[in-house]
Amino acid sequence: MDLNGLTIDSARTAVQECTTTALALAEAHYARIQQEDGQIGAFLTLSKERALEQADRMDRMAAEGKPLPPLGGVPVGIKDVMSTRGVRTTAGSKILDKYVPPYDCTAVARMEAAGAVVLGKMNCDEFAMGSSNENSAYRPVRNPRDLNRVPGGSSGGSAAAVAADMAVVTLGSDTGGSIRQPASFCGVVGLMPTYGRVSRYGLIAFASSLDHIGPLAKTVKDAAIVLRTIAGRDPMDSTSAGVAVPDYVAELDKPVRGLKLGVAKEYFGEGLDDEVRNAVETAIDKLKSLGCEIVPVSLPHTPYAIPTYYLVATAEASSNLARYDGVRYSHRARGVKTLSEMYRRSRDEGFGAEVKRRIMLGTYALSAGYYDAYYLKAQKVRTLLTRDFEESFRKVDAIVTPTSPTAAFRLGEKSNDPLAMYLADIYTVTADLAGIPGISVPCGETKDKLPIGLQILGKHFDEATILRVAHAYERAA
Amino acid sequence: MKVTEKDVAYVADLANLELTAEERTGMLRDLNSILDYIDRLNELDTSDVPPMAQVSDPYGVDESKQGSKRFAYASREDVAEGLRRSLPQEAALGNAPDSDGAFFLVPKVIER
Repeated sequence: MDLNGLTIDSARTAVQECTTTALALAEAHYARIQQEDGQIGAFLTLSKERALEQADRMDRMAAEGKPLPPLGGVPVGIKDVMSTRGVRTTAGSKILDKYVPPYDCTAVARMEAAGAVVLGKMNCDEFAMGSSNENSAYRPVRNPRDLNRVPGGSSGGSAAAVAADMAVVTLGSDTGGSIRQPASFCGVVGLMPTYGRVSRYGLIAFASSLDHIGPLAKTVKDAAIVLRTIAGRDPMDSTSAGVAVPDYVAELDKPVRGLKLGVAKEYFGEGLDDEVRNAVETAIDKLKSLGCEIVPVSLPHTPYAIPTYYLVATAEASSNLARYDGVRYSHRARGVKTLSEMYRRSRDEGFGAEVKRRIMLGTYALSAGYYDAYYLKAQKVRTLLTRDFEESFRKVDAIVTPTSPTAAFRLGEKSNDPLAMYLADIYTVTADLAGIPGISVPCGETKDKLPIGLQILGKHFDEATILRVAHAYERAA
Repeated sequence: MKVTEKDVAYVADLANLELTAEERTGMLRDLNSILDYIDRLNELDTSDVPPMAQVSDPYGVDESKQGSKRFAYASREDVAEGLRRSLPQEAALGNAPDSDGAFFLVPKVIER
């Protein structure tokens, strides 16, 4: 039995039926990490002790014939922006190089309560700020499909680990596309749930009105299983919604015939690579052949999404990152004489270039005299972007688009041009701003064998429909 | 150019960042290039558009109420222990760069 190619159900069943053990599964994944991750760089920290303890717990349950929980014995990875008690959590930043959280992120706790075996913490762009993983303060992640290319970002380690069979599923976070874009670049499934669907308690905050936690997986069904596990109200996060959690897995096989899928011309314009366009159009044809009705919709404010995003996200980030002061848990510069010198030098030494750039932009946008022109303006355009979706969703059940305008680019290709890098998120940021869910599912390859992603966007709290469409497409493709 | 060297110094100060001379030059270039791009927002007339601060508001805010009562959905009982016990002192201080076991230690705040 190949222990590295498994999905959640095949892994759990194998442990349940004692065809293998959770311990053997975990060891097989650590062996794979040992073998592959030197060149890929998906993991920052391994949590072997914690993993083997949990695996042992699952094996004992299986040996006693007790039914395993839905993720019983399944090896998973956690993006390093989610706090793990007793396991170093860096957010990809030197400023948290030695940080060991005293508590667990709710999403991680729910994964473990469902039997998941946490192998370790996934590399990412520093504080989840980036679209290529080159902003990790530790090392860039390389795309398992082509080591000269980026895996996307910021959840690049989470996507690469699933693509390279170093974990069955991983958790990532998405603030402007950070789950869906790397999923697309690495050829895996990535789901960003509705804003408020999954608790962010214990997630290291980047932009609080935009941050989401969600799964990266090998199949749509695995993404549905993870969402069912982590979704739902958490009293520790007042922004988590009290909306009922449906059984996403049971809903997967409902027919898609008759569903109305919107196609917006704004997502097929200038800047879209021809190979990506062809692959996405072919995927849309496939969905049509499955009985979906394709309906043209318009999202006229789309060209304003990136500038809106980079004001809202940086403004919130500048405030959230003020807490790294060198006093309680972050890096402190040596040899400082005054408190203000300590703040400035600690932050200077601890933060990387992109993080400083965003703190500066956000601080500028919030500063006296510029607040109305920038921050308030962006909040108003955010309303317009949200209304675009509200209008469209009166006519359709979901909207299909490319996930990213190009396939994975080369390391270094955009790293000296922040604006070019920001434009890699052009098809993903709007969903974050509107708070609607989105999924990226693989839809073919370029002639260089690089994966392409199809994005399906849905109505607020209607993950069931986008999962269903993605599942139907995945099976038909 | 929208942002000047003086602005960069002022904003760096607000953000508690030191920034080397080289970093300041790069920041000046990058901020101006990004803000030029952001300027396209001014093509839109937003005089009658309400600002949107938070996605979750439409899913919980009680528009018929006033003040903080509008956000009742996000509230909970105010109890002494809260939702989670306070961290033991040792755990709370565990990640501190400098502490005496009871307090976080920092350089002298008041200059004489």
